[in-house]
Amino acid sequence: MSKFAETFLNWQVMAQYLPKIVEGFFVTIQLALAVVVTGIACGLLLAVVRAARVRVVNFFIIVFVDAFRALPPLVVIILFYFALPTVGIRMSGFVATWLALSLVLTAYAEEIFWAGLLAVPKGQWEAARAIGLEFFQALRFVVLPQAVRITIPPLTNRTIAITKNTALGAVVAVGEILYQAQGAYSFSYNPSPLTLGAAAYLILFLPVVWFGRWVETRFAWKR
Amino acid sequence: MDSLLVNFFNLGILQQAWPYLLKGLGMTVLLCVVVIPLGVAGGLAVAIASRAPARWMRWAVIAYVDFFRAFPPLVLLMFIAFGLPFLGLDLPAFAAVALAFLLNTSSYYGEIFRAGIESIPRGQFEAARSLGLSATQYMTRVILPQAVKNVLPDLIGNTLEVVKLTSIASVVALPELLYAARQAQAVTYNATPIIAAGIIYLVCLWPLVRLLSRFEHKQLAMR
Repeated sequence: MSKFAETFLNWQVMAQYLPKIVEGFFVTIQLALAVVVTGIACGLLLAVVRAARVRVVNFFIIVFVDAFRALPPLVVIILFYFALPTVGIRMSGFVATWLALSLVLTAYAEEIFWAGLLAVPKGQWEAARAIGLEFFQALRFVVLPQAVRITIPPLTNRTIAITKNTALGAVVAVGEILYQAQGAYSFSYNPSPLTLGAAAYLILFLPVVWFGRWVETRFAWKR
Repeated sequence: MDSLLVNFFNLGILQQAWPYLLKGLGMTVLLCVVVIPLGVAGGLAVAIASRAPARWMRWAVIAYVDFFRAFPPLVLLMFIAFGLPFLGLDLPAFAAVALAFLLNTSSYYGEIFRAGIESIPRGQFEAARSLGLSATQYMTRVILPQAVKNVLPDLIGNTLEVVKLTSIASVVALPELLYAARQAQAVTYNATPIIAAGIIYLVCLWPLVRLLSRFEHKQLAMR
């Protein structure tokens, strides 16, 4: 037991690298927030554009969504960070991770919002237009409020899953929690920083998971 | 345009890298074949344990599920691959990946199965019991077949996520598709292998994405 404590809970090592992990903690939060805001905003925008039902536009939206649902996020990140520079497009690890995860979240969010829009009965559209609302008014005041309610539970879960992928940034040297923990682990040759990093993720994401649970019961359909 | 062809779609390079990519794809498939059934079995166990009569057991299951849902899979994998050897438990890369996936995916599959079982009306349980079926019999013959049918889209969706997640095994040097592509890129100093790997993922997973999106729309249309 003492060997376990010395290996995984070595106070000396932990105290030494705590500032690094805290630094990583804030980078993770920044990255996660940036991804959530960009991804959800772009996803909603695409869903609204799709609702206009212009055939050519919708074809490209579907291709985009399918592609980013089929590609593993790590592959997208590596593509941006390692492949694009060979044709002269360079970006930092942070930007590559932000862009890749935002695109993935955009794809999922678009699909969820679109499904939500479809789930609102057609009569709601027709009634809104019949009382003289324009397309955007009908969307804004009648259809979207109902669609958003349906989409909140799946959207929350998907968003949580994608923000956890910020850890993938460690592969392209983004100084977030995992990267800092890994660096500290190789310097000290002791896995205590990994324990610390794991604890940091729990502190960050356990409340988020609980929030997801709460949302699921709060917005559950009454059967 | 020329630089794009030379750097991204270089047939000569592709020809060289192709055997490695195929080998990597084989490893990815093997990983899926091991990891998905393990995760499904673990998830079933979790779902059934979450209905245990003993309260402490139900709490333990909730703690397990939340714990591993809050942990980014890559962090879990790193912890197992780099931390456990310090305890004298030096797992080969494949086993480390399989263990990390079992812990992570069983909690996700578990939540899905639990939702499925909860969607079955009480009368079904009572009817099955009153017919004299044993606990195992009524679970496997009455409840689970209906439960699985109700959550089939979620099960397929989660399986898609698991397949994509296997790409993180590249980080612990398991020679799957992404790892093979990155090695080939490093050797040839050309991004074509990574592009090719991306296309392989797309081709393999696109049908699953299409199927899923049809399921999702059908499910919402039924409401």
